[in-house]
Amino acid sequence: MLTKRIIACLDVDDGRVVKGVQFVNLRDAGDPADCAAAHARDGADEIVLLDITATSDKRNTMLDVVSRTARCLFIPFTVGGGIRELADAEAVFEAGADKIAINSAAVKDPSLIGKIAARFGSQAVVVAIDARRMNGGFEVFVAGGRTPTGRDAILWAREAAACGAGEIMLTSMDRDGTKAGFDCDLTRLVADVVSIPVIASGGAGSAQDFIDVFRDGHADAALAASIFHFGLENIGQLKRELQAANVPVRWPC
Amino acid sequence: MIASTIASKIAIVDYGAGNLNSVKKAFDYLGAEVVVTTQPEIVATAEKIVLPGVGHFSALGGLDNTGLRDSVLQGANSGKPFLGICLGMQWLFEGSDEAPEFAGAGIFAGRCRPFPSSVKSPHVGWNSLTVREGSRLLRNVAPESFVYYTHSFQAPVVAATTAATEYGAQFSAVVEQGNIFGVQFHPEKSWTVGLLILKNFCEVKC
Repeated sequence: MLTKRIIACLDVDDGRVVKGVQFVNLRDAGDPADCAAAHARDGADEIVLLDITATSDKRNTMLDVVSRTARCLFIPFTVGGGIRELADAEAVFEAGADKIAINSAAVKDPSLIGKIAARFGSQAVVVAIDARRMNGGFEVFVAGGRTPTGRDAILWAREAAACGAGEIMLTSMDRDGTKAGFDCDLTRLVADVVSIPVIASGGAGSAQDFIDVFRDGHADAALAASIFHFGLENIGQLKRELQAANVPVRWPC
Repeated sequence: MIASTIASKIAIVDYGAGNLNSVKKAFDYLGAEVVVTTQPEIVATAEKIVLPGVGHFSALGGLDNTGLRDSVLQGANSGKPFLGICLGMQWLFEGSDEAPEFAGAGIFAGRCRPFPSSVKSPHVGWNSLTVREGSRLLRNVAPESFVYYTHSFQAPVVAATTAATEYGAQFSAVVEQGNIFGVQFHPEKSWTVGLLILKNFCEVKC
């Protein structure tokens, strides 16, 4: 049976894993390669590395960090942050990523999704969407949550899928870092209108939050950062609790 | 983690489909001697051949355009251990509905088809293997082990199928016939289970 994926996310700033609350107030959580290896051993199904200040600093992804992290990581590895054109994506794949995540650049030029998919396959293109509740709907923000776009998140997810995205990584900015649970409404609205997998992100605080987002949010995967880095939740223990709740997971790993 | 020091000259065939670094990295980790090549002559002199590939079946057109197809087929037909991964495994069948204009190798009967509409496509994530007895590639792999998939088309279950996976219906996860092996999932991304499978391939005798 296809299992629900638990994804450990490394938010990287200046070569270190950091974690903030609602995208600000960053705290150091260690070396990216060490963190990735530790999460893989604990049972993470995938690793996502986001260079969170690449776009706002107008620089490219830290390729040396990507390469060092990828070297001994034999589970899927996604890298995002600072990918603006096909050549940036090529460099990140060359450094060892299996998938790239694009956010701001895809909003600016949706044809970038198709360009990268044509070269590396749709399965390698994750479109990341940062959404915030606004006037009864969900608005897309870019540049690490700094810039509103006026776009509707659900419509944008459909468009991204139609452009050739392989997965949608959907972050609730309202819940990010709050440990108040995933935004199941947002996740379900997107998961029900696209045929590609949806990764729920933002707000993970407990095993129950994961159960809720898989059952009520119809998520295919769920991503968390701080609860794993700071040892609040062990991935193995989380998977046992999911199993007990009849959520199919890869266990033992 | 699985580690070994196997000396084996393995050619990873680069026909322009996607990113082959992950496959090379996994063999490097196992201590195998591997080379990523676009050259038919290097494929012809290798002891073993790996045909990876992700993405669209039409990418396999790159094999036809570069003269690699003949060297790969000759190698496989001459008894060299051959491993097709993902698209490389689908290529062993007659063809795929994804790109009907491109012919597969036709070593196994049947065509690759999309998933039934009852399930989301692509099939992405970790799914379990139902392993048949006697598989060489899956030696020491525990029953119902999980492996990582990402694909939109699936190969039918045939006589050579040594492991199947359920997604909408059963499809071929692993095929084996003599020196020819194919896996639909990504062993290079399937953690210790995947590394064990690649190690088993390294240890297959010509």
